Amino acid sequence: MAIPQKKITAANIFQWLWKWIRQLCEWFIVGLIYLCGVSSIIFVFSIFYFVFREGAPFLRDCFDFKNFFLSPEWYPTSISNKRYGILALLAGTGSVTIVAMLVAVPFSLGTAIFIAEFCKKKTKEAMKIVVEILAAIPSVVWGFIGLMVTNPLIVKLTGAPIGLNALNAGIIVGLMSVPIIVSIAEDSIRAVPDGYIEAAEALGATRWQTVYRVILPAAKNGLLAAVLLGVGRAVGETMAVLMATGHSVNIPFNGEFPYFHALESVRTLTATIVAEMGEAPRLDAGMNGSFPAEARHYQVLFVIGIVLFVITFVINTIADLAVKGIRQKKV
Amino acid sequence: MFRIETSAILKVLSYGIIAVSCVGFTGCGGGEKKATKTEKFVIATSGSDTMVNLVQMWAEEYQKVNPLVTVEVAGGGSGVGIRDLIQGIITIANTSREMEPVERDQAKQKTGKDPVEFIVAYDALAVYASMKNPVDTLSLEELAGIYGENGQIDKWSQLGVNMKAIGVNDEIVRVSRQNSSGTYAYFREKVLNKKDFKMGSKDMSGSKDVVELVTKTAGAIGYSGMGYHTEHVKFVKVAAKKGEQGYEPSLDNVLSGKYPLARSLLMFTLGQPDATTKAYIDWLLSPAGQEIVKKAGYVPVAMVKR
Repeated sequence: MAIPQKKITAANIFQWLWKWIRQLCEWFIVGLIYLCGVSSIIFVFSIFYFVFREGAPFLRDCFDFKNFFLSPEWYPTSISNKRYGILALLAGTGSVTIVAMLVAVPFSLGTAIFIAEFCKKKTKEAMKIVVEILAAIPSVVWGFIGLMVTNPLIVKLTGAPIGLNALNAGIIVGLMSVPIIVSIAEDSIRAVPDGYIEAAEALGATRWQTVYRVILPAAKNGLLAAVLLGVGRAVGETMAVLMATGHSVNIPFNGEFPYFHALESVRTLTATIVAEMGEAPRLDAGMNGSFPAEARHYQVLFVIGIVLFVITFVINTIADLAVKGIRQKKV
Repeated sequence: MFRIETSAILKVLSYGIIAVSCVGFTGCGGGEKKATKTEKFVIATSGSDTMVNLVQMWAEEYQKVNPLVTVEVAGGGSGVGIRDLIQGIITIANTSREMEPVERDQAKQKTGKDPVEFIVAYDALAVYASMKNPVDTLSLEELAGIYGENGQIDKWSQLGVNMKAIGVNDEIVRVSRQNSSGTYAYFREKVLNKKDFKMGSKDMSGSKDVVELVTKTAGAIGYSGMGYHTEHVKFVKVAAKKGEQGYEPSLDNVLSGKYPLARSLLMFTLGQPDATTKAYIDWLLSPAGQEIVKKAGYVPVAMVKR
């Protein structure tokens, strides 16, 4: 059987061309959407790979658990005796996070309960917008508020020698993490089935009793997740803490009462990276494969990056599991 | 049979079109770049935070002298300038410290050229204190006691300064710089004899930040370039030895060598500079350029006979 032959006309060629271009476009679009879909996975893994690759020589050659995690001595550019201890930086991050959560948790849970249960619809809309605006303030503006407003205020109120300290940064970062906690906490409070609330009211519970005895216990996993995400935000915050902590290598915890001295300046892991990365030279290994001593500073900053990565990863995973916990319960 | 052939021909044809258009575009791009390059020169510089103001003033003034040349100025610190120079991003690195032998080796290894040094001005490292603070003179030993790793001085009362009288906390708030700044390195070399700083100092990221924080904090002490002085903050006089007379960082005291913490401000290029850059550096060192040094609060080179 003979294949029906097409005549070579201009129209025929044009048709072929058109079909072919459309097919190509189709492939292109499909590929593009696929790429967008997997991009976040690619980004996470390539960032992790990059951070790990830069930090790896330090981990291989001079990483020592005891000197790295348990020593407060941070002297990466010392001439005679370079020391890379991040205990003080961990303590700084920890202290800022503690203060931040002390500030943020009551405020944001209160706000979330108010928005979800107590206020009228109009107030609710207005509140939500205001909370969103709070989230939109850039962190450098928060840092500036810490520098110019809370700094003199703390000196005036407490008599501390300087107002740039863990308390100041904690307040600032606490306010910064309010929006994220509010929005997730409010969602989880609203996810409490109406039946619970109706049952409580039918039993004659007051509004406060309903909130305290029924809604909060029912929403507790979501609230935990909200707080944990707030903690993640506080740990990862950089610019504002750089400006408000005083950026000083110091452990604010000791055996003396009250054990935690929030009025002392501290320095966080993130702020250390941002302040020192710019000037730490990225040097290559010499002929014999060993790195010059000056190359270690850059590498150790990436190791700190790995530590931060691990901390936030753990926090986010726990938050995820907590959220999943409520979903399973509901089903 | 025919079908396959058409599609194959079309494929080849379209690849051809794509290839030709690509070559065409890149060709155009290259041409444009070349055209702008002959019209205008850009001298990219970065480095010392201490010198940013001065270099900025020079750059603005030089724009008037030679409108064809634009000088780009970036800060970040001496370390950044040297790193950028080694990586070939910039033409001139502004630094407030010498290049370390390791850095020279790196530059040679990476670019095959030796860095060339130009002294463009002199600066004094000033010690600042708040206007409220009654402290007047500190010796280098006392500064080492305040800032050094094993230094024993933590309270103003140990220096004989009575802060209670003005209702300020007795603790000395040490303001320092981040650990790779040229100013930090210079202070460590001259005051601490290359030993380390005491932990717990407030490490600021800029020369100006140090002066601002000291201005606002009554119990603070800080060090920074003399050019950052304002009327709201005071210089602490510095004496070479305890009991000797202390001097303020002024033009005269730096020129006469009485002020113990004077240093040179440098520029580095990779190999001998090209004609445009050379003209710029020559202008900096001319009387017109050095007049600006004076205006910026530093000490001109021409006045110091070496």
